[in-house]
Amino acid sequence: MQVTSSVRKPLITGGKTVHDVTEDICRQVEGKPSKSWLLAFGAAATAFVIGFVAVAYTLWEGIGMWGLNKTVGWAWDITNFVWWVGIGHAGTLISAVLLLFRQKWRMAINRAAEAMTIFAVICAAMFPVLHMGRPWLGAYWALPLPNTFGSLWVNFNSPLLWDVFAISTYFSVSLVFWYLGLVPDFATIRDRATGIRKTIYGALSLGWDGAARTWGRYESVSLILAGLATPLVLSVHTIVSFDFATSVIPGWHTTIFPPYFVAGAIFSGFAMVLTLMLVTRKVFKLEDYITIEHIELMNIVIIVTGSIVGIAYITEFFISWYSGVPAEQYAFFNRMQGPYWWAYWSMMTCNVISPQLFWSKKIRTNIAATFIISIVVNIGMWFERFVIIVTSLHRDYLPSSWAMFYPTLTDMGIYLFTFGLFFTAFLLFAKFFPVINMAEVKSIVKSSSEKKAA
Amino acid sequence: MKENQKTYWKGIEQLTNEPSFVKNAEKEFPEYLPINENGEGNSNRRDFLKLMGFGIAAASLAACEAPVRKAIPYLNKPVDVDPSVPNYYASTYVNGGDAVSIVVKTREGRPIKIEGNKFSSMTLGGTNAQVEASVLSLYDKERLTGPMKSGASTDWATLDKEVTAKLNAIAEQGGQIAIVSNTVVSPTTKKAVGEFIAKYPTAQHITYDAVSAYGIAEANRLSFGEAMVPSYDFSKAKTIVSVAADFLGTWISPIEFTKQYSKTRKINAKHREMSRHYQFESNLSLTGANADYRTGIRPSQAGSVVTAIYNGIAAKAGQSKVSGGNAADVAHLSAAINELWANRGASLLVAGSNDPAIQVLVNGINAMLENYGTTINANAPVHFRQGNDQAMSTMVKDLNAGKVKAVIFFNCNPLYDSAEAQALAAGLAKATLKVSTSDRMDETSKAVDYIAPDHHYLEQWNDAELRSGHYSLTQPTIAPLFDTRQAPESFLQWAGITVEYYQYLQENWKSNFFTKQSDTSNFQMFWDKSLFDGVFETGGNTNTYTYDYAAAASAGTLIAQNYKTSGEGLELALYQKLSIGTGAQANNPWLQETSDAVTKATWDNYLTVSQAQAAEWGIQMIEGNTETVTLTVGNSSVVVPVLVQPGQAAGTVGLALGYGRTSAGRVGNEVGVNAYPFITKLNGANVYDVFAGVSVAKTGQAYRIAQTQTHQTYMNRSNVIQESVLSEYKKDTKAGREYPQIYKDGEFVKPSKISLWKGHDYNNHHWGLAIDMNSCTGCSACTVACQAENNIPVVGKEEVLNRREMAWIRIDRYYSSDAPVDDQKALEKASENPEVTFQPMMCQHCNNAPCETVCPVAATTHSSEGLNQMTYNRCIGTRYCANNCPYKVRRFNWFKYHDNTQFDKNLSMNNDLGKMVLNPDVTVRARGVMEKCTMCVQRIQSGKLAAKREDRRPVDGEINTACASACPADAIVFGDMNDPNSRITAMLQLQEEKDEKGRIEKVVNEDRAYHVLEEINVNPNVWYFTKIRNKEKQTTEA
Repeated sequence: MQVTSSVRKPLITGGKTVHDVTEDICRQVEGKPSKSWLLAFGAAATAFVIGFVAVAYTLWEGIGMWGLNKTVGWAWDITNFVWWVGIGHAGTLISAVLLLFRQKWRMAINRAAEAMTIFAVICAAMFPVLHMGRPWLGAYWALPLPNTFGSLWVNFNSPLLWDVFAISTYFSVSLVFWYLGLVPDFATIRDRATGIRKTIYGALSLGWDGAARTWGRYESVSLILAGLATPLVLSVHTIVSFDFATSVIPGWHTTIFPPYFVAGAIFSGFAMVLTLMLVTRKVFKLEDYITIEHIELMNIVIIVTGSIVGIAYITEFFISWYSGVPAEQYAFFNRMQGPYWWAYWSMMTCNVISPQLFWSKKIRTNIAATFIISIVVNIGMWFERFVIIVTSLHRDYLPSSWAMFYPTLTDMGIYLFTFGLFFTAFLLFAKFFPVINMAEVKSIVKSSSEKKAA
Repeated sequence: MKENQKTYWKGIEQLTNEPSFVKNAEKEFPEYLPINENGEGNSNRRDFLKLMGFGIAAASLAACEAPVRKAIPYLNKPVDVDPSVPNYYASTYVNGGDAVSIVVKTREGRPIKIEGNKFSSMTLGGTNAQVEASVLSLYDKERLTGPMKSGASTDWATLDKEVTAKLNAIAEQGGQIAIVSNTVVSPTTKKAVGEFIAKYPTAQHITYDAVSAYGIAEANRLSFGEAMVPSYDFSKAKTIVSVAADFLGTWISPIEFTKQYSKTRKINAKHREMSRHYQFESNLSLTGANADYRTGIRPSQAGSVVTAIYNGIAAKAGQSKVSGGNAADVAHLSAAINELWANRGASLLVAGSNDPAIQVLVNGINAMLENYGTTINANAPVHFRQGNDQAMSTMVKDLNAGKVKAVIFFNCNPLYDSAEAQALAAGLAKATLKVSTSDRMDETSKAVDYIAPDHHYLEQWNDAELRSGHYSLTQPTIAPLFDTRQAPESFLQWAGITVEYYQYLQENWKSNFFTKQSDTSNFQMFWDKSLFDGVFETGGNTNTYTYDYAAAASAGTLIAQNYKTSGEGLELALYQKLSIGTGAQANNPWLQETSDAVTKATWDNYLTVSQAQAAEWGIQMIEGNTETVTLTVGNSSVVVPVLVQPGQAAGTVGLALGYGRTSAGRVGNEVGVNAYPFITKLNGANVYDVFAGVSVAKTGQAYRIAQTQTHQTYMNRSNVIQESVLSEYKKDTKAGREYPQIYKDGEFVKPSKISLWKGHDYNNHHWGLAIDMNSCTGCSACTVACQAENNIPVVGKEEVLNRREMAWIRIDRYYSSDAPVDDQKALEKASENPEVTFQPMMCQHCNNAPCETVCPVAATTHSSEGLNQMTYNRCIGTRYCANNCPYKVRRFNWFKYHDNTQFDKNLSMNNDLGKMVLNPDVTVRARGVMEKCTMCVQRIQSGKLAAKREDRRPVDGEINTACASACPADAIVFGDMNDPNSRITAMLQLQEEKDEKGRIEKVVNEDRAYHVLEEINVNPNVWYFTKIRNKEKQTTEA
């Protein structure tokens, strides 16, 4: 039996009992959808449909619908891809790494964070497929499938192929991990449900019986999956960064990229979790489970990763000067003073300066400030990818080819599409699945719950 | 016939008349059909499902029906036409007065590619953009498909009958008949026109040229007593001075001049000499961009510059000076005079002006310099520009006076491209017969009664006399596509002579040219040889010409009167672009999309304005975004965008001719503005400069010019451009070279010494390109040649604006900047009068190719012969390769460019006629795949195959890429670096050495050869040779 120090702040407030946990969380799943939920879902679905038009245009007419050109071959597509993958980092980190480190504060947020991961990775995976000139072939030619063409095989030297493996592995492990955690909670809902709902949740709960042996197995599988998922937290964004790091383009060809990308990914992932959780706790009235303590802890992670990112930016800049490579030096000069200076300085402001505000306890425990900064951080992280991709490409080695990139409506439409997809999926999840891991939270009710005021 | 009484039974059932048989006898299928398993009538669910399944399958199969493609085998195979085996025919390109000896490549009876004819002693196998593109004009859907009368189709018999009747009527009444044409280079055509004139004695043949050289002919009449345009030999000139003559781009015979000029620009360790070229001009022309010293002058200063040179030389030669010639403030002028004199007999002064007075002085200068007989040959005058500006004006006056009753426009478009267009349009109403032989409904043929369309030059027999004693034959390479008739045949027909033009041509050769040679006495042999070679040469004239110094004195007086430079106000200099030229081929999308060598703009003409002037007007040009202005001269005014042009002389603006066509066809219509109305007259000749009365007003309207390159300078990147000056090169052949070094393990080493790569073994061939930046003039012939050879789509202005042009080979043009080398912002701005460097850039076929490693599906791979290959079929279009290409030479198919109405300007892929120009050896790429230079792998393969069939190795020069073969400057050399006898091996001075790992490594010993971006060690198979300018000191100003 674990003992929690009395110095630690309670992780559950309001003197909740185990029964309260079940009630509070099942209420959302069992009740009728609220007005605010319907409104949000309508907006998300509209964005999805409008965005889909842009997707359809791209598939029908070609990549020419985007603003790319002979010099800038990737822009919003891969920016969005890296951005969404980055967002998808928090889920696994929270559920796997924090599980291994026995951080109990993860319990209230891991379910939603994992769901966010899954949906973010789905959104991210849209781009490698959509950005292909011939997705109808590329979608399976990029896989090492046996074929009748003799020795026709994928190129294992290509970082894009590593991406295929990295993303698909990450997605499958995250999905399994997430679903596994859902099983006991589905069983809880099943046990309370009647009629068709009982059948569906019954099927989803895979015959969970709550026996001690089942719990034992559940715990071991969780631990094993956490162990498997932990290296993935590092590997996915490391491999994504190889897309750039292994190239010869100044501004891309940088060995600092793997740690810098991983830190950036956790940074943006936590920011996104905060954005979503702040809304969810309010709408679903879960303030007692997702407490200021949770928010503060997450903000601390944001300070740490934001500072790592900041140091990475400065290091990168220093090395470009120190290397003595003129092309490299120009790439950084161009980021700061070239035609896309505004993107660079937006990135610096959002990513390096804004998280430093969290050094103030007042700000990091203020919900409104946290919400705003969490969005600012994600804007900054989008600009980071845009700066790396577009400002490096648009002025590389031969000045004759220097060009500008201007996004088209289709570019924007596809970004909107992924937002629509993400929020539609997340809202469906929030309505029909338990947003907080009841089983795990119950395990800490005794040790970490605030004592009910007498 | 006796009726057959026998009866046959289908079976025993019929004989016995069984009821079951009788029941089914009348049905279509008397047998049991398993459709209705239940028997009669009632279908059950199964049948329904079966029928529905079949129905859906059938319907969807019918919907998927492949389009019918007809491939009809030869029933009787024509001799010499073998499927997939190309045939080559020597012929002559003719467009207006331009004529070039060419070789036409045909596949299955279709001409698909033009190459230069190496047997021609003038062009020596060189071509230019217009020649290369002309094959597409053959397949232009907007050519007329037959004779026309008053805008409706008619037949030849009717047309001939009516035209002849009217001509006879006019001739009887003594009305004048005018045949108006551009320069006719064909002696046989001239003979036919002569027969027409013999039949109708009131007829006259009036020749004009859109861009005239009448001033030169007239000047030669005044100075030597004979109106002619002499031939020039730049290869013998050590000092070349050009006063606004764009002789490398558009002046008289640019291909020939480029060939000659480039010979004087080739240097190596053993030959450290090159010509020095001074240019005095207003617009930055292609020629000016190649000059060693270039001075910007106002067009009105041309008079004082030429006079000053005349007086300077006269002082040294002991001749009397002429009046005027105060040009003390013109930079480099006295140096030019001194060098001209020092190299007399091996120098050359040319002037682009069409004013006879200027040309008289130019002749005087060259006469004093004793250049006649060396760099100028008056005994072999060229025939490219025979237009007589005065005769044309007179004819238009007569027409307006009602004296000219019939006008026949013979392959010309004067309502668009003549100085008299307006007056001519007005006067045409007074003529009773108006005929045109134009190939399309152009501005002129719209205004005539009868159109007797001529063949395209690739469909006809003809000849050309390029210069006196130098003949070139035109032979058809395809049967006429439409119901057209050769124009000289029409003239003969109207003159009452019915003869096949081929017979007529042969007869003419037999009686006139056959007799000029003594090699053979058999005419057929002579004919066959001339046809095979394409060219036939006899000696030139042997006259003696003496310069008349009296003419110089009066010319000096005229110049002093006409050229007054106030230094105030704007002056306008009209010019031609080397792609569009006079605008005759304006409907050719390859030419419209060829980016201008200097401005890098496509699909437009524009007012070129100096940086200082643009700043004064408050106009900035960023990424092609600019403003339009209203340009007004007298009564003519146009609204035209401004292009900020470094090197544009102060106080001048430039505008290209050949644009603003209204009736060229869907491609050429409404592209740019028409500059012909700005032509002025001086001393009876058309002059393409306006000295006064030019005003420009801002409109405030934004405009985008589609440029393929928007960044002007090379940012002082010595890894891209390595250059020096001759004085340095003489001391050290490594002048201008940069050797990047990388610090490793305590020492600096060559980048190639550090590598993750294992390298490649090239046991058979190792193809490479050597590009001499010193001789490349930037003319862009290679770009169009590549477009024709490799089926490169035209994407149109909108997509060029989106920076998506598809050219596999481009010419990077860089201006020098006088900013401090460490000021990256200031380096973006070019000098006011910059040095210009041209760098042809195509796939570098890297041995350590960054594109190859990043492709996830291995669609781009390295060949065993050093080529970087692109497998279109495998490509999924991630564009990673293009991003990772440091040279940015990969091109992506953003859209489907073929069979797509949105790209209907891409004529070669969007209609059945246009598609005939496609090279069947090269795939038309699908949407979504990457493409790039293949080093003409199809030519390499067919060359290897040809050699293999003969059981030998390919000989150097036998296989050549389209770009190298088109290059009139021989700046691109293709070859096998494994072949010890190849030119490329010699140029690079290749030596094989074993490296420390025992692998054979090729060492390049030529000091001028370098790899672009050597420091990243992608190790290309394309080598560049340093640019060396013949200057005393390294400067950033030209």
